[in-house]
Amino acid sequence: MSRKPLIREVPPTTWYFRHPRYLRYMSREITSLFVGAYCVLLVCGLGALADGKESYEAFLLALQSPLSIAFHVAAFIAALYHATTWFNATQVAMPIQIGENFVPGSWISGAHYVVWALLSVVVILLAGVF
Amino acid sequence: MAKSNKPVVWFPFAAGGTVIAFFIPVIALLTLLVAFGKVPAGLSYESMHSWLADCVLAKLAVFGILALSLWSSAHRLRCTCFDFGLRIDTLVAAVLYSAAIVASLAAAMFLFRL
Amino acid sequence: MKERLIRLEVFRYNPDTDTEGHYQHYEVSCLEEWVVLDALNKVKETLDPTLNFRWSCHMAVCGSCGMMINGEPRLACHTFLRNYPGTIRVEPLVHFPVERDLVTAPDDFMEKLKRVKPWIIRKDKQPIEQGEYRQTPKELLRFRQYAMCINCTLCYAACPEYGLTRHFIGPAALALAHRYNQDSRDQGRDERQEVVATKEGVWECTFVGACSEVCPVHVDPASALQQMKIASSFDWIKEHLLPGGGK
Repeated sequence: MSRKPLIREVPPTTWYFRHPRYLRYMSREITSLFVGAYCVLLVCGLGALADGKESYEAFLLALQSPLSIAFHVAAFIAALYHATTWFNATQVAMPIQIGENFVPGSWISGAHYVVWALLSVVVILLAGVF
Repeated sequence: MAKSNKPVVWFPFAAGGTVIAFFIPVIALLTLLVAFGKVPAGLSYESMHSWLADCVLAKLAVFGILALSLWSSAHRLRCTCFDFGLRIDTLVAAVLYSAAIVASLAAAMFLFRL
Repeated sequence: MKERLIRLEVFRYNPDTDTEGHYQHYEVSCLEEWVVLDALNKVKETLDPTLNFRWSCHMAVCGSCGMMINGEPRLACHTFLRNYPGTIRVEPLVHFPVERDLVTAPDDFMEKLKRVKPWIIRKDKQPIEQGEYRQTPKELLRFRQYAMCINCTLCYAACPEYGLTRHFIGPAALALAHRYNQDSRDQGRDERQEVVATKEGVWECTFVGACSEVCPVHVDPASALQQMKIASSFDWIKEHLLPGGGK
C-alpha cells in the first residue's frame, strides 16, 4: 500500500498567532528592537558629550520632546521585560548540582535579581539621583 | 555536516543579554528622568565629562556595556526577522551586525576623544 | 459517576480519497472522569469505526496518543474531559505529515533520533567479568530527568523553529543527546558533537521554551539545549583560540 501523507505547511509570517506562548516569545524577542535603538541613542549622547558642553546640553534638552518621552518609556519597559525573562531563564540555562541534588531554580534566578537590585541602586547613587 | 561557527556570534549575544538585563533598565530609568526634565546631578556635562575623561576603567566599562548590548540586540533582531518570515538571513545578518560594529566603533571613538 | 454529552470536532484525512483535511463533529456520552482518548474510543466503537488514531498504554508511558487538543500538543490519555467544558477540537500533531486522521508520520524524528546516537558509547570497553559500569546517585541525578523522555514528539509539535526549519534536529533528540553526554558511563560526547554543534543542531534553537512547557513527563529539553549551546561555545573557543586546539 502506498503512502500519501498530508503535509501541512506552517504559515511563515503569522505562525505566532497560533498560541499565546508564541506571542510571549515574540514580545521577548522584539524587545531587542527597542533596546538596540536605545543603545544607538546612548552612542549619540556619547558623541554629543565628546563634542563639548553646548552640544551635550542640547542633546539633553532634545530628550525632553514628547516623541523622546514615549520612546524612553517603551525602551524602559522593553529593558525591564528583557531583564525578567533573562533572569528567569538563568535557572534553565545554568542548573547547579551541589552534592546529589540540584539547587532550586528559584535560588539561581533569585540571586540574579538580588545582584540586579544592588547594581541598580549603585548606578542610581553614582548618578546622584538622591 | 561541519560544526557551526555560530558561537562567534552567539557568545557575545549571551554576554550582551546579561549586560542588558543588569544595566540597561537602570540606565533607561535615568534618561527617562532626563526626558521628564529632571537631570540627575551625575548626568550633568561637568560630572559626566570628569569621570569619563579621567578614568580609563570607566571608559572601558561604558564601551563594554554599549558594544555587548548593541551586538546582543543585533543578533536577537536577526533571529526575530527570520521568525517574522523574512527569509534573507545572510543579508539581514550582514546589515545588523555591521550596524552594531559601526555603532560600537563610534562609541570607542567618542570615548577616545573625551 | 456523572455522564456528560461530549462534543468533539475531529480532524479527518483519508489518503485514498482526500487531498486535504476536514473536520467531523461527533457527540458522544462520556463519564466526567474519562480522558479524551476514552471519548475517541467510544466514538470508534459506537459511532464511526473508520476513525483512526494511535494509542497503546493509556497511562502516559508509551507516548503514542499525542495529538493537538484545543490547539495544545497533549497526550489524549492524559487529558481529562472535566477540564474541557466546551467543544473539544482534536487534530493530529502539527509539524508532522498526516498519515490518516489523527495518525502522524514520525519518520523524520526517528531518523534524527538515530543521528544523535542516544546510547552509551565506550572508547574503552571493559571485559564483562569486571562487572557493570558503576555510578553514584549523584551521577545518576545528573541526567535522570532527560532519561524520562517517552518519545511522544509533543515537543516537536510545540517547537515553532522545528515547524519553520525542518532540518532542525529538534528538542527530544537533542535532549537525549544531552542525557548521554551527562552520563558518567558514556564517552561519546565528541561523536555526538558532530551533530549537536552543527547548524542543524542546537544552533537552530531560539529558546522559545515551548518544548519544556508541553512535555507530559516533565523533561526540560529547553534546559538541555541551552546547556549544550554554552558547552559548544566553550568547545569552539578551545578548538579555535587555544594553541593545539585545546587537545
